Amino acid sequence: MTVYLSLAGVLFLIGLHGFFTARNLLRRLLALNVLTTAVFLLFVVMARLADPLDPVPHAIVLTGIVVTVSTTAVALALVVRIAGRVRDDDADAGGGSRGDAG
Amino acid sequence: MGTAGVMFDGLLALALVWLAWQATRAADLFHAVVSFIVFGLLMALAWVRLEAPDIALAEAAIGAGATGALLLSALDRLATRDGRRRALYEPATAWGFWIPAGGALLGGLTLAAWQLPAPGLGDEVLAALKLSGVDHPVTAVLLNFRALDTLLEIGVLLLAAVTIWSLGPAPSPLVPAMPSPALPALGRLLFPVFVLVSGYLLWRGSHAPGGAFPAGAVLGAGAILMLLAGARPWIRSSEHGPWRWILSLGLAMLLAAAVSGTLAGQAFFQYPPGTAGPLILLLEVAAGLSIALLLFALYLRGEPCEHGYRESGR
Repeated sequence: MTVYLSLAGVLFLIGLHGFFTARNLLRRLLALNVLTTAVFLLFVVMARLADPLDPVPHAIVLTGIVVTVSTTAVALALVVRIAGRVRDDDADAGGGSRGDAG
Repeated sequence: MGTAGVMFDGLLALALVWLAWQATRAADLFHAVVSFIVFGLLMALAWVRLEAPDIALAEAAIGAGATGALLLSALDRLATRDGRRRALYEPATAWGFWIPAGGALLGGLTLAAWQLPAPGLGDEVLAALKLSGVDHPVTAVLLNFRALDTLLEIGVLLLAAVTIWSLGPAPSPLVPAMPSPALPALGRLLFPVFVLVSGYLLWRGSHAPGGAFPAGAVLGAGAILMLLAGARPWIRSSEHGPWRWILSLGLAMLLAAAVSGTLAGQAFFQYPPGTAGPLILLLEVAAGLSIALLLFALYLRGEPCEHGYRESGR
């Protein structure tokens, strides 16, 4: 189980760093997904360490996965629209570089 | 299990770290997205190793499948923008802040996790399982003991779909032009299989890993495949029948189940004695249908409208 606990820690750090320092919005979103997976991993390892196996964290992680996909979908819709807006502005400004969307 | 198991866990962990690194740091966005999808699939293996088959099913279907479809379709819209990026990340000087800050946060979380009440709720759930109306502990927690979580979760999914639809009409054409005539034929052949697998997962949920979420995700994936194969979504308006209502069917049924108990003088979400089993099955069917259609609605990235169809049709 130590393997999975350390895996959760490493994934957490990768996700956290990516989420705060990536300049590209899609990359941030990927990092956020890695971050949530790390948290789920921690929950499930805790459930596995309990005796008998604890089903409550499992149920909470299932809920979390669905909430994550909802967040990701809304964020992606926004990212695509922001990118479209920035591209239009670029065209207006004669192709000058602006913004970090998309 | 022994040495082979430990080695497998170690290799899996290394592969996952590498894929997560690729997903957040690869120079090419397509590469990053594909790494993330593979990461989700390998995570499903890790869930199986941790004796969480329900989560493995949900991760493979929703985490890797539905999220992957969403990411790829967004990438298609974002193409050609990444080339003139100046730098992918904030400068390395930021690391001096992020490594200590991240480490401190991780340490705090570990400490908090360490101090959780030790044996968990496994015993309590097993003791009450006979009263719950189902034989599978996770389903019992999801749809009986903590049904409120499920209610709110479907609420979040519905809210996400409403938010996305309110951003404006769906892009047109809805899907890229079809490069191959084989896909429509294959889609028509495969869709019944998707429905069958989904129904099986739903039925299985009462006594084994499965249930409304994987079932809904599989059905939603089938619907997305049909969309890619040139089918037209019928959830636009009342003109095509009551399809749109299915989006909120799951939430409505769960709310009804929750409130009817209160009205009858019982606790919130208390099912009438002896009816828990059939009631849970009914709620799962409603929730599964809603989840399938909601995931499909998320994929449309906007409110579907007539011009979207005309141009996406062949």
